[in-house]
Amino acid sequence: MTVNGWMQILLFLVLVAAVTRPLGGFMTRVFTGERTLLSPVLEPVERGLYRLAGVDETTEQHWVTYAVSMLLFSAAGMLLLYALQRLQAVLPLNPLDMAAVPADLAFNTAASFTTNTNWQNYGGETTLGHLVQMAGLTFHNYVSAATGIALAVALVRGFARASARTVGNFWVDLTRCTLYVLLPLCLVYALFLVWQGVPQTLAGAVDATTLEGAKQTISLGPVASQEAIKMLGTNGGGFFNANSAHPFENPNALTNLVQMLSIFALGAGLTNLFGRMVGDERQGWAILAAMGLLFVAGVTIAYWAEAQGNPAFAAFGIDGSAGNMEGKETRFGIAATALFATVTTAASCGAVNAMHDSFMPLGGMVPMINMMLGEIIVGGVGAGLYGMLLFAIVALFVAGLMVGRTPEYLGKKLEAKEVKMTMLAILCLPLMMLGFTAVAVVLDTGTASMANAGPHGFSEALYAYVSGAANNGSAFGGLTGNTPWYNVTIAIAMLVGRFLVIVPMMAIAGSLAGKARATASAGTFPTHDGLFVGLLVGVILIVGGLTFFPALALGPLVEHLAMTAGTLF
Amino acid sequence: MDVKSKRSGRSSASTLLDPAILMPAVGGAVRKLDPRQMVRNPVMFCVEVVAVLTTLLVLRDAVTGIGGAGTAVTGFSVQIVVWLWFTLVFANFAEAVAEGRGKAQAASLRKTRTETGAKRLENGTVHTVPATALKPGDLVLVEAGDIIPSDGEVVEGVASVNEAAITGESAPVIRESGGDRSAVTGGTQVISDHITVRITAAPGSTFLDRMISLVEGAQRQKTPNEIALNILLAGLTIVFVIAVATIPSFAAYAGGSVGVLVLVALFVTLIPTTIGALLSAIGIAGMDRLVRFNVLAMSGRAVEAAGDVDTLLLDKTGTITLGNRQAAEFLPVAGVGEEELADAAQLASLADETPEGRSIVVLAKQEYDIRARAMEEMHATFVPFTAQTRISGIDTGGTVIRKGAVDAVLAHVRGPQPRVAAAGGRGVVALGTALQPAADPAERELLAIAERVAKAGGTPLAVAKDGRLLGIIHLKDIVKGGIRERFAALRQMGIRTVMITGDNPMTAAAIAAEAGVDDFLAQATPEAKLQLIRDEQAKGKLVAMCGDGTNDAPALAQADVGVAMNTGTVAAREAGNMVDLDSDPTKLIEIVEIGKQLLMTRGALTTFSIANDVAKYFAIIPAMFLAFYPQLQALNVMGLHSPESAILSAIIFNALIIVALIPLALRGVRYRAVGAASLLRRNLLIYGLGGLVVPFAGIKAIDLAVTALGLI
Repeated sequence: MTVNGWMQILLFLVLVAAVTRPLGGFMTRVFTGERTLLSPVLEPVERGLYRLAGVDETTEQHWVTYAVSMLLFSAAGMLLLYALQRLQAVLPLNPLDMAAVPADLAFNTAASFTTNTNWQNYGGETTLGHLVQMAGLTFHNYVSAATGIALAVALVRGFARASARTVGNFWVDLTRCTLYVLLPLCLVYALFLVWQGVPQTLAGAVDATTLEGAKQTISLGPVASQEAIKMLGTNGGGFFNANSAHPFENPNALTNLVQMLSIFALGAGLTNLFGRMVGDERQGWAILAAMGLLFVAGVTIAYWAEAQGNPAFAAFGIDGSAGNMEGKETRFGIAATALFATVTTAASCGAVNAMHDSFMPLGGMVPMINMMLGEIIVGGVGAGLYGMLLFAIVALFVAGLMVGRTPEYLGKKLEAKEVKMTMLAILCLPLMMLGFTAVAVVLDTGTASMANAGPHGFSEALYAYVSGAANNGSAFGGLTGNTPWYNVTIAIAMLVGRFLVIVPMMAIAGSLAGKARATASAGTFPTHDGLFVGLLVGVILIVGGLTFFPALALGPLVEHLAMTAGTLF
Repeated sequence: MDVKSKRSGRSSASTLLDPAILMPAVGGAVRKLDPRQMVRNPVMFCVEVVAVLTTLLVLRDAVTGIGGAGTAVTGFSVQIVVWLWFTLVFANFAEAVAEGRGKAQAASLRKTRTETGAKRLENGTVHTVPATALKPGDLVLVEAGDIIPSDGEVVEGVASVNEAAITGESAPVIRESGGDRSAVTGGTQVISDHITVRITAAPGSTFLDRMISLVEGAQRQKTPNEIALNILLAGLTIVFVIAVATIPSFAAYAGGSVGVLVLVALFVTLIPTTIGALLSAIGIAGMDRLVRFNVLAMSGRAVEAAGDVDTLLLDKTGTITLGNRQAAEFLPVAGVGEEELADAAQLASLADETPEGRSIVVLAKQEYDIRARAMEEMHATFVPFTAQTRISGIDTGGTVIRKGAVDAVLAHVRGPQPRVAAAGGRGVVALGTALQPAADPAERELLAIAERVAKAGGTPLAVAKDGRLLGIIHLKDIVKGGIRERFAALRQMGIRTVMITGDNPMTAAAIAAEAGVDDFLAQATPEAKLQLIRDEQAKGKLVAMCGDGTNDAPALAQADVGVAMNTGTVAAREAGNMVDLDSDPTKLIEIVEIGKQLLMTRGALTTFSIANDVAKYFAIIPAMFLAFYPQLQALNVMGLHSPESAILSAIIFNALIIVALIPLALRGVRYRAVGAASLLRRNLLIYGLGGLVVPFAGIKAIDLAVTALGLI
C-alpha cells in the first residue's frame, strides 16, 4: 500500500461527498415537479411525450398501480430486447453481420439488461450488432436505471407523505428521470469520454497491420454513448468483452476516476434527495455515512489484499512488492483497481477494470460481500437506496424497541405489514445466491464450467449467482457462463433479485404513505446520528452478512488460508 | 416508582424465585411441549420439529447400529438431542413461570368470589335469588354486611363499601347514587347503610371475572408489536434455513460431508431462540407488573400504547396539586397588622374542620406563634359555612369574625341588602364583575389584593371582624412535592404534559408554571377535553388520560390510553382501556413507564439474541468443516477443544442463556427517564455489544467445562 494509493482513494471519497448535495438538490426538484434550469428546453418535450403516450401527468398512482405499471413496462422492454437479439440477422445496422443470438443466451441477456444487472454471457464485439447495442442495450441502460430511481423516489414519498393514498406516477417519474437527469448528464459525459479518446462511430471495425505484419481487426462502435450510461446508471455492461479494462472504454487514469465517480454519483445524490424529501438532510447523510463506513472497510481489505501479492511468488525469487498485478491494467495500478472493484460491486454497476478472478482470495471476497449484502453501499441507482432503507427498517425494528416505543422511522410506525414485506424482500437474495450455488456445485453441468478446482472454482460459481441476484453483473471470470444451465438460472436469479424485492418494497411505500406522520420528540429514536449509523452497519453485517459466512468460509476464506500455507487452486 | 403495591398479601407470590410458582412451572413447561401450543411460537416450533426429527434419527441409529448420517450413535449425538429438548423446556419454563405469577393472583381473587345470594327487588318486594341468576337491568337491595352480588350502579342510597377484594385497600369508600361515585363492583362488601343497585353486567362477565381471566392470561392475545416481532423472527429463521440447508451441498463439492446433527446444532443456535423463547414471558410479565401495580389493562395493546404515549393529560386536582388548598399567607389591608389578621383568621377557623380551615390555624401558629385556643373556654359560637351565606366564622364575647368568599364577606360587611347573585363556588370568577363599585378604600384595596392572589393561582378568602375588613387569606393550590421533577423527566422522555383544570385561565397558568407542565387546558369541559385529544391525535400523537366521571367517558374512549378510576362510574370504566384499582391519577406516569419497560425488554433481548449469532458461527463453522478443510482451524478464534466440544458448547450455551435471562425477562430491563438517545446508547452497549461478547466468553467457559468433565 502506498501513500499515493491512499490519496487516490481519499480523493475519490471527497469527490463523491462533493457531488452528493448538488445532485440531490437537483433530483429533488425534478421529482417534486419543480422547475429546473433545463425546464425551458425539456418541458415541451416532456409534455409532448405524455400526450403521445396518453399519460395524464397530474394523476398520481396507488402503490399497486405504480408497481403494475413498472412491471408491465419492464416485461415489454424485456420482450423487445429478446426479439431484437433473435432477429438481429434480418435487422439493419449490423455491419459485421452478427447471427441471431441463441434462445437461452438471448433470455439471459434480456433479463440481465431489464434488471439493470448487465451480466454478459457473451462478448459484445463478437455477438451483437449496433442496433441491439443501441436500441436494445443502451435503451435498457437508461430505462432500467430510471426505473430504479423512480422506485426509490416512490419509497421516499412513502416516508415523506402523511395519510396519502398515492406514491407518485410511474410514467412521470420514469420520463422525468430519463429526460432531466440521465440524458443531460450522459450527453456531457459522453462528450468528455470522446475527448479522452473513447470511440463513437457507427463504423464496424478497422483493420490494422501489426509490426509483425499480421492483420488485426479492431472493433469500433458507438462506445462513448453506451459507456456514459453504463456508469451513471450503474448498468456495467461493456461494449467490449474486456469492459472498462479495455482502452477504448477506459483509456486513462482520469477516465478511470470519473467512471468510478459516475458509478456512485446518482446513488449518493439519492441519499440527499431522501433527506430533503423527508425534511431533514441529516437523515440522508446518516444513510450515506453507513454506506461510507462499509465502503471504506471493503476498500481497505481489498487494497491491502491486492497490495500484498501472492506469497507463492516469493518461492520463485520474484519481487512481490508491486502487489498482485495479475489481471490488472498497469495504467490503473493496484489502488485504482482495488478501488474500482469495490465501487463497482458496492453499487450494482458491475463494470470492471480488471479481472476479479485474478484477485487475491480476500481481495475477491470484498466484491462478493458487497453484493451479498444486497448492494446497499450506495448501490444501484435507486436500488441501493431502497435496499438500504429496508435494512434501516430491520435495524429499527430490532433495536428501536430499546428506547421504549414501538419502532418508528421518520415518524412512521413500523408494524406487522412493513416487517413482513421487508423480510420477504430480504429473503430473496440468500435464496437465490445460496440456493442456486448449492445446486450448481453438485451438478456436472455446473462444475464443468469452472476454470479452477477447489475453493476457487466454488467462488466462481458463487460469484456468478451473487452477482446475478444482486443485479450487479460483474463476473468473477473463469466461469463459462454461456451454457443453458447458467444462462437460465442466472436469468432467474436476476429477475427474482430485482422484482421480488421491488414488489414488497412498493407495498411498504404504499403502507407508509397511508400512515400519519408523528413529529419527533426527545423520546423518539434518533436516526440521524452516529449511534444509528453504527447500529445500521451492525445489523447489515449480522443479518445480511452472516448468512453467507459458511459459503465464504468454503470459498475465499479457506482459499486464503490454504494460500498462506502454500496450497493454490 | 414511589407508589408501592398495596397488596402485600398478593405480591409476596410474585418474587422471582418463589418455589410455589417454580415447581408447578416445571410441569407446565413439559406440558407446553404439545405441538398445538408450540405452533403459536414459530421459532420454538421449528426447534421442536427439528428436535423430534433428530430424536427419531438417533433412535433409528441406535436400533440399526449405524446412522444414515454416517455417524454411530455416540455420547455426542445423544447429548445434542438432550440439549435440544432442554432448549424447548427452558423456553416453556419461562412462559410457565410468567403465567404462574398471574395464576397465583387469580387464585387469590377467586377465593374472594364467594357464591353469594342476591336480594332482587321485584315490584317492591325482595326475593332472594343466586347471584348468577341476575340479569343486567335487575334491581337488587344490598344492606350492611351483604356482598354486592354483581357489578352495577347505585340508583338509590349511599353506603360505605369495603373494596379490599378488588383493590387490596381495606379503608372503606363511599358509594352513592348519582354523580361520579355510583359504580359498585361485584364481590365487594357493603359495611354500612343500604343501597339499591341496578345490575349492569351479565353473569360471567363481571369485573371480577374479567380481572381473573386477565391476570391468568387465559385470553391473552398477541399484541400488534408482538405479532410484528414474531414475523421478523420467523423471517430470520427462514434465512437461516437457507443458510444451513445449502451447506451439505457446499460440503459435497469440497469432497466432505457434514453430519445431520451438526447441521441441526448450527441451525438451532443461529435462529433467534433466545428472544423466541422469552417473548411471551416478557409480554405476560409486563401485564403482571401492571396488575401488581393495581392497574388492570384490558388488553396488551393498551400496555404497548402506554409506552408510545406522547401527550399526557393530567387532572390538576389530586394529580398535580394536593386535593386541598392550603393557606399560604395573610395579606392585610392598610392599617391592619398581619398578626391581627392572622389572629382573627385563626379564631374564625378554629371549628372549621375542612382542610382549608385547618391549614389556616396551622399557618397562624407557624408564622405568628398564635396558639390555638379552646372554643369552650371562650364561650364562642361557631357559625358554620352554608351554601346560602358562603361564609363561616365565630361569635365570641361580642366579637363577630367572618371569613369566606370575597363577595360574600363584602356583602356581610355592607350589611343587609339585596345579595349579589352567587356566581360560582369561591367567588373568584365573580370577582370585580358581579360586585357593585367599591366606594370604600378598604374595599378597593381588598379587591386589589384578591385579584393579585387570583393571578398568582391562589384563592382569596376575605376576613372581616366586627364589620371591618381585615384582609385576605391567600389559599394556595399546593403543587405536589417532586412533581416538577417528574414532569422534567417526562419532558426528557419526549412526553408532553397537559394540565386539565376547571380553573380560569389566569389561575391555571400560574399553577401550570409552578408545576412545570408544558401546557394547560383551563375551564375544561368534557367537550374541550375530547377536542384536545382529537387535535393531538391528528398531529400523530398518542394521548393518555385518566378520568372517572360519566362525562369523561367519551374522552377516555378517544384517548389511546384511557385509565378509568375504580371509584368512577360504570360508563367511565367501560370506556377506558385500563382501570386503576387505587384510583390514583398520578399513576398514569408509572403506567407509561411500565409500557416503555415492556417494549425495551423486548428490544433488548431481540438485539442480544441476534448479536449472539456471531460467536456461534465462529464456534460451529470451523468445527463443521475441519474434517476436509483443516485450514479453517484458523477461524476457531475461541480455541475450542475439539469440533464436538465446540458444537456441544454452542448448543448448551444457547439453552442456558434462556434460563439465565428469565429473571430479566420477568423483571424487565431497568428503565430510566432519560431521552431516547441516552437510553439507546446504554442499551446498545449492554445488549448489543454485550450480546456480541458474552457468548464468546460463555461458549469458551462451557467448552472448558465440557472438556474437563469428559463429556466429549
